[in-house]
Formats: sequence, C-alpha cells, structure tokens
Amino acid sequence: MKILKSLAVATAVSTLALAAHAETKIGMITTLSGGGAGLGVDVRDGFMLAIEAAGRDDVEVVIEDDQRKPESAVQIADRMIQSEKVDIMTGIIWSNLAMAVVPAATAQGVFYLSPNAGPSALAGKRCHKNYFNVAWQNDNLHEAAGAYANDAGLKNSFILAPNYPAGKDALTGYKRMYGGELAGEIYTKLGQTDYAAEIAQIRASGADSVYFFLPGGMGISFLKQYADSGVDLPVVGPAFSFDQGILQAVGAAALGIKNTSQWNKDIDNAANVAFVADFQAKYGRLPSLYASQGFDTANLILSALDKADVSDQDAFRAALEAAEFDSVRGDFKFGNNHHPVQNIYVREVIQEGDVFTNKIIATGLTNHADAYASECNM
Amino acid sequence: MSLILILEQVLNGLQFGVMLFLMAAGLTLVFGVMGLINLAHGALYMVGAFAAAAVAGWTGSFVLALMASLAAAAAAGALVEVTVIRRLYDRDHLDQVLATFALILIFSEGTRWLFGSFPLFLDVPSYLSGPVMLPGGIQYPLYRLAIIVIGLVVGAGLFWLIARTRIGVQIRAGEADREMIAALGVDISKLYTLVFALGAALAGLAGALVGAIQSVQVGMGEPVLILAFVVIVIGGIGSIKGALVGALLVGLTDTLGGVFLPRLFSIVMEPAAAASVGASLASMLIYILMAAVLLVRPSGLFGGSA
Repeated sequence: MKILKSLAVATAVSTLALAAHAETKIGMITTLSGGGAGLGVDVRDGFMLAIEAAGRDDVEVVIEDDQRKPESAVQIADRMIQSEKVDIMTGIIWSNLAMAVVPAATAQGVFYLSPNAGPSALAGKRCHKNYFNVAWQNDNLHEAAGAYANDAGLKNSFILAPNYPAGKDALTGYKRMYGGELAGEIYTKLGQTDYAAEIAQIRASGADSVYFFLPGGMGISFLKQYADSGVDLPVVGPAFSFDQGILQAVGAAALGIKNTSQWNKDIDNAANVAFVADFQAKYGRLPSLYASQGFDTANLILSALDKADVSDQDAFRAALEAAEFDSVRGDFKFGNNHHPVQNIYVREVIQEGDVFTNKIIATGLTNHADAYASECNM
Repeated sequence: MSLILILEQVLNGLQFGVMLFLMAAGLTLVFGVMGLINLAHGALYMVGAFAAAAVAGWTGSFVLALMASLAAAAAAGALVEVTVIRRLYDRDHLDQVLATFALILIFSEGTRWLFGSFPLFLDVPSYLSGPVMLPGGIQYPLYRLAIIVIGLVVGAGLFWLIARTRIGVQIRAGEADREMIAALGVDISKLYTLVFALGAALAGLAGALVGAIQSVQVGMGEPVLILAFVVIVIGGIGSIKGALVGALLVGLTDTLGGVFLPRLFSIVMEPAAAASVGASLASMLIYILMAAVLLVRPSGLFGGSA
C-alpha cells in the first residue's frame, strides 16, 4: 500500500516536472558543410534514426553545423549551454574541435557524449565525470592496425597522418603496438589534398608497407594518387579512410586494403542487422561507422533516460556508466575513464555488385581498453 | 636524399604551381581589369570539378568531362557576372567581399543540394593512368605530367591572347583606364562578362584536372582560393606573367619546404618532433615567402605602381 502510494506521488511529481520543464534537450554540434560534411551527416543521420525510432516526445535535439572550425564550434556551444540550456551535448567529429568545446562544456555541468573524436588528453589526466566517449579513444583503431602489421609480418612501415591532435594520437597508437622499424614518419597538413611529395618520399624510403590515417576527403586524394603513382606497397589504415561514405569515390584503388574498425555492417547481432536495414530504408545508402557511432550514442542516451532524469546528474551518470543498451557492436561496456572497452576488427575492402564495402576478416584486439585509462582519476 | 627524389619533388612542385596558375590567372585578370575581389573563384573551381565528375559518370569520357567543366564554369561565371558581380564594380572592396562570400555559400549549398554531401568519383582516364619512366630513372605519374603540359599550353595561349589579339588589347586597355576605352566605343560590360567567364573557365578546368586525383567534394575550392590569392599578391595584381611566376614559386616552395624542412629539423631533433615541427613550419613557408616579397617589392614581383 505504501509502495503504491509513493508510486502515485512519484507519477504525479514526474508529470508535474514534465509539464514544468517539458523535456531533455540535446545539443548536437557537428560538421554539416565544407570538407568533412560527410562524416557529420552520417553521425547526425545515425543519431536521429535512433531518436525517431524511440518516438519520445520529451526529447528535443538541436542540431548545428560547426563547419569544422573550432571557433564556430565554441560559439555554438556557448549559445547552446547558456541560452538554449541543453542538458546533453554530442556530435563533434574532429579532435581539435572537441578539445576546444568539451572541457568547457563539462565544467559547466553539461553531459558530453562523443560520437567520434576521442583525443588522448580527455581520456587520461583531463578525463571528466560528465564526459563519455561512445566511439573509441583516438589511438584504439591505430593500435589494432599496428598489431595487425605485426601479424602480417610487416617490418618496415612508412607512416603518415595530419598534423592535429588525432593525427598524433594515430601515429602514437600505431607505434605502441607495431614492433618493426619505421622507414619514415610524416605529418601532413590537415585538409591537404595533394600527396605527391609524400608519395615520392615513400617511393624513395625503401619501406615494405604504408600506414596512413587520413580521414574523409584527404584519404580519397591519397589513395587515388597512390594507386596512380606505381608505388606498389601494401597499405594498412584505420577504418576512417575506407569507410562507406568515401569508398565509392575512391573506387577500385581501395580493393583488398586491410583496415581496422570497431564496427562493420556484417557484425552479426540483432541490433546491427536492424540498424543496417533501417538506415538503408530511411536514407537510401549503406551506413558508415560514423553512422553506427551516432546510432549507439543516441541509444545510450535513451537507455539512460529510461532509468533516470537528466536533472538528477548522479543517477543519470550511473545509468550512462552502466551502458545497458543494445549496441550495434554487440556487447558494450565503459572503462573507468568512460571510454569503451571493445573488440577491434580487421576488415578488407571488397566489392559487392557495383558497391564497394568492407567485410570483417579477423578480430584484431579483444576487449581492448585505451592506454590512458590508468592516468584518469575520476 | 637521392637526386632522383629531389627531381621528382621539383616536378611535383611544378605540377602544383601550374595548377595554381590556372586558378590565379582568372583571379588576377578579374582583379586587374575590373578591380574586383572575387572570393567566389573557388566556387567556380568546384563547379568545374562537379560538372566533370557528373559528365564522366554519364558518358565515361574524360575529354567530354573536361569540356563540360570549361563550359559549366564559364556559364556559371557569366551568369554570376550578369546577375550579381556587375552591380559590384563601383562598390568598395568590403561590399565585394561580402557579396562574393555570399556566393560561396550559395554555390556550396546549391551543389550539396544537387549532388549530396558525399564526395563524387572522378578518376584518371586509363590512357593517362599509371607511372612513366622519365630520363634519369625517375618514375612519375603520367597524369601529373599531363597536368603540367596542359597548364603550360593554357598559359602560352593566355599570353598570346593578351599580347597579340584584339580582345587582349581591350583587356589591357581596360586595366589601364576603363572610362577611356568605354569612350572609345568598346562595349565594356560585354568585355567584363567575357573576362569573368574566361577566368571562371580556367578555374573550372583546374578543378576538373585536380578532381581526378583528389576528392570532388563541396568546399574543395576554398583552400586553393587562399593559395591563389597568395600567388597573385606575390606575382603582382593584374599581371598574367606575375601569376605564372608566383604560382611556380608558391608551388615549389610549398612542395620542397614540406619535404625538406622536416629532414632539416631531424638533424637536431628526434624524428617525431622534427616531423611535427617541420610540418608546422612548412605550412607557414609560403606566407613567409609572401611577406618577404612584399617587403622588397610592395606591389608584387610584376605589379604596376598601383
């Protein structure tokens, strides 16, 4: 009887609360125009697919375009936090933008769930109780690639990445696992489109393989120019340069290349099968790993909202930490620094009909946690 | 560091420079003749690349794709000149910058609306793909050689057009004194449209040529536009010869600096730090070059006394 009574009171209170401040507001800042737009569009579409499927009218999502510019991301974040009073933020693709926005946002008591960028600084000493990364710590996919290079017997890699936080994390991650020699190490400009000079250096270096991290359009340019250069060394990379959004633009130049990813469309679980089918039905294209990350982020938020109101920060945080949602990656859990502990797979670029896509050929790292977790005192 | 690597990098610098020249030629003509700062020049580069990718997708012909890029960019240029740019000649530079910046946004979102946010596929034709062996044992992609040749041919054609033809005389006269040539009975507005379309067509051609080895995507023109402005400032505004010399200087400096600075630093630093510091400094190099040129010659290498 007592229980029933308190339930009734609770319902009345929560109805009141609903009427008073209505809903949970989620602010999404992502890249929807300019060079990196494909990535942001995928995150947004994956995220909104989950939100719309949930059909909750108490969740409102505000979406803004950062144009891949740190200064505009900061402005949008300030506006979202101070005038729109968002409870949760998400969406940022690029690590340099994340570094500009996330510490300030979490310091103001907003939850930030990253669907992509996972700079090492935010995983280690500067971790924060309100910051969660649903995708990966930046180093992770590169660590798996380094491990794969060892397995494949590669002994003299030439490695390159753009000169920004994620690029440095990338090469650090690769070198952490890779046991061979380095034939060369280059940092390119972020947004660089011509790689003739780098390819000439690769040709002259005597390397036995190339490892590169060039997300988005940079990877397309590099791969096309590499294929055309006559340098015939095996290429290994993280999923970012071999993802669904850009494979069609690269074409046959990418066929057979091994790349590492925490997700692929052929991971066999009910959530993933449904996600791939629903995404294709809604948007008329295959989902990318960015879309899968957006989708997981939204489902994580929804699972936590089912358990706790976001205004009760401690309960909501505990619900996020529990991560009880059906991830498209299969089992999902967070480490102590709120970054995923997960399997990372090795994929190969294949052709299905006239569509270029990936299939998983091996598990690169099992239940892999990031290298910075021990530095985080939360 | 072998001689072959250095020569190959010089070729890379030349190819980059020639591509910058195609962009900068139109920009410098428009600035020189009409006194207009056209930020939307990069948008025309993008229009050329998208037109080429679309036509190559339909027909499979690279030559048709290049022609489409010229036609589409020239048409877009002429349309923009007649509807928007024409109203800006008498305004000050701030108005021009604002209006042409708006054009960038319109072109970008328009292209996204037509083609979507994902990069398009445009590949090097099979007869130009793969590397060739040059004398001295340099293996170099045939397509990049073709870009160098096309760029130099277009450059020669442009010099001939400006120096030897009636239109060229009118363009040079328009640069010197626009009221006077209008008074002499030259239809100045038609001439302006023509010059603008010509510059647009060159930008479109550059976009298509480069699109085949890079990614054809919305916003691809803006990074190149910045470099093209550096080129015309170094070369001297309004001078085709300046644009050519400036473009080659910028192309060579950027390419060679990017390769050799990190190596230079690696003598005194550990490799990872040298790569990072060298790359950062290399990306500043062309701006340092620009500052140095402006210190010695404030109106650019081949600039007038303006």
